[in-house]
Amino acid sequence: MTTPDALNDFIDAAARALDLPVEPAWKPAIRANLEVTLRLAALVGSFALPDEAEPAPVFVA
Amino acid sequence: MSGSTTDTALASAVEIAGAVSSGDLTASAVVDAALMRIAAGDKAINSFTAVTADRARAKAAAIDAARAEGRPLGPLAGVPFAVKNLFDVAGLPTLAGSKINRNRPPAKRDATLIERLEAAGAVLVGALNMGEYAYDFTGENVHQGPSRNPHDPSRMTGGSSGGSGAAVAAGLVPLSLGSDTNGSIRVPASFCGLFGLKPTYGRLSRARSFPFVASLDHVGPLARSARDLALAYDAMQGYDADDPVAAQRPFEPTLAALERGTQDLRIAVAGGYFRRSAFPEAIAAVDRVAAALGAAREIEVPEAARARAAAYVITTAEGASLHLDRLRTRAREFDPAVRDRLISGAMVPAALVSRAQKFRRWYRDQMLALFADVDAIVAPATPCPAPAIGQQTFVLDGVEQPLRANIGVHTQPISFVGLPVVAVPVPLSPLPIGVQIIAAPWREDVALRIAYALEVAGVVAAPRPGNDIGRRPAG
Repeated sequence: MTTPDALNDFIDAAARALDLPVEPAWKPAIRANLEVTLRLAALVGSFALPDEAEPAPVFVA
Repeated sequence: MSGSTTDTALASAVEIAGAVSSGDLTASAVVDAALMRIAAGDKAINSFTAVTADRARAKAAAIDAARAEGRPLGPLAGVPFAVKNLFDVAGLPTLAGSKINRNRPPAKRDATLIERLEAAGAVLVGALNMGEYAYDFTGENVHQGPSRNPHDPSRMTGGSSGGSGAAVAAGLVPLSLGSDTNGSIRVPASFCGLFGLKPTYGRLSRARSFPFVASLDHVGPLARSARDLALAYDAMQGYDADDPVAAQRPFEPTLAALERGTQDLRIAVAGGYFRRSAFPEAIAAVDRVAAALGAAREIEVPEAARARAAAYVITTAEGASLHLDRLRTRAREFDPAVRDRLISGAMVPAALVSRAQKFRRWYRDQMLALFADVDAIVAPATPCPAPAIGQQTFVLDGVEQPLRANIGVHTQPISFVGLPVVAVPVPLSPLPIGVQIIAAPWREDVALRIAYALEVAGVVAAPRPGNDIGRRPAG
């Protein structure tokens, strides 16, 4: 998923696997959005957390 | 109230309720005047998608009859209000800003917050424009047209609660409800020059409102004064079994303590991340508020950029999950920009989303630790005043960046862990801009006290639109 071609392939495969009707004209915008999300996810993922870290799916004070 | 029976355009909810309770005004006169303002003024700002005139007149008549019979009236007696169209309104399909939802059957029952406001005497007058499915910071909507900023109709209201900002700023109603997942109350409050309250996650019931990101969705009021926010917020508090994440909190009134001042509060300014990615106006507004509060201390919100990133990842994935079936069957009926974001969100690997959820707990612990030393944190609400409608990019930190996604850089790290915030309007010229007053969980009272003190000091105020949209004569 690190090269443009790989991301395009991923989008095509994911669309098929998830049964999402992606029209060719939509792909550049979908890819641009996914690139931003993956970049931000990498920023989150690069923060070291212990194996024991618990998710917090809903905020509780 | 100045003795007029109809000049309630910029009257506060407190003033209206007082005048109706004392008999100086009838609720019917107040509601008729609001309906006339909407009919005359909304064309310019496109904030309403439905006007519930018959229902509003019936409710107002019932309030007037109650007063005639000597029955007590509620604290919001006769106050007209309107709601973002993701709240269920009995008899209307709940659009949530979409074209697709126009096919939904009419809602059978009002959202809990509408019921509670009306139980306090407020009168619903309509439903408001919003960004599609709340995945928006601009207030633009391809199906309804954009909501327009009353201070300059060529500019954005901010979103996604765009109509909620425009209708109140224009003086069509003194009170509205919005929702805030990543900033959707605080951003329109900033761009439209209003007070907006995003309460603690779980504090106000979301029952019978259309969701976006379940773990981040909040609902709350927008108004032209801190006192009106507190009045409405107090009327809406309380556990609700119809919202699965509603907190089991006692009623914790804020109105009575509003005038206690800020002397006993430790208030700090958010530094680092919150001093970057901001136009000079945003920094000037924060500095003005900080100076008025004597908040000399600057604190670092730890890993705020990662918090914003994690909120972004969770939002796109959870939002895509919500809309997955509609994306499969009705993709062409979405706003194309929303559709492309949601399809992309459906493709985000679950492993990455889980990392963001794990980071959320770490960050929550850090934020709670910060509040051991401070009672409130001051930060920008938006990086800039209202941009032009249709604007796609802006220059932030010296780099041209996409505008839409970056409007929420300062709001997202706060709502990510559910903290209560009052957005206060700093009346810069030509356009206002908001500042976040962020408090510890369940301390809405602290944020409201600070907002009120700033208002009394003349540092923050909801500016009156120069073009008098809400005061144009009908016809």
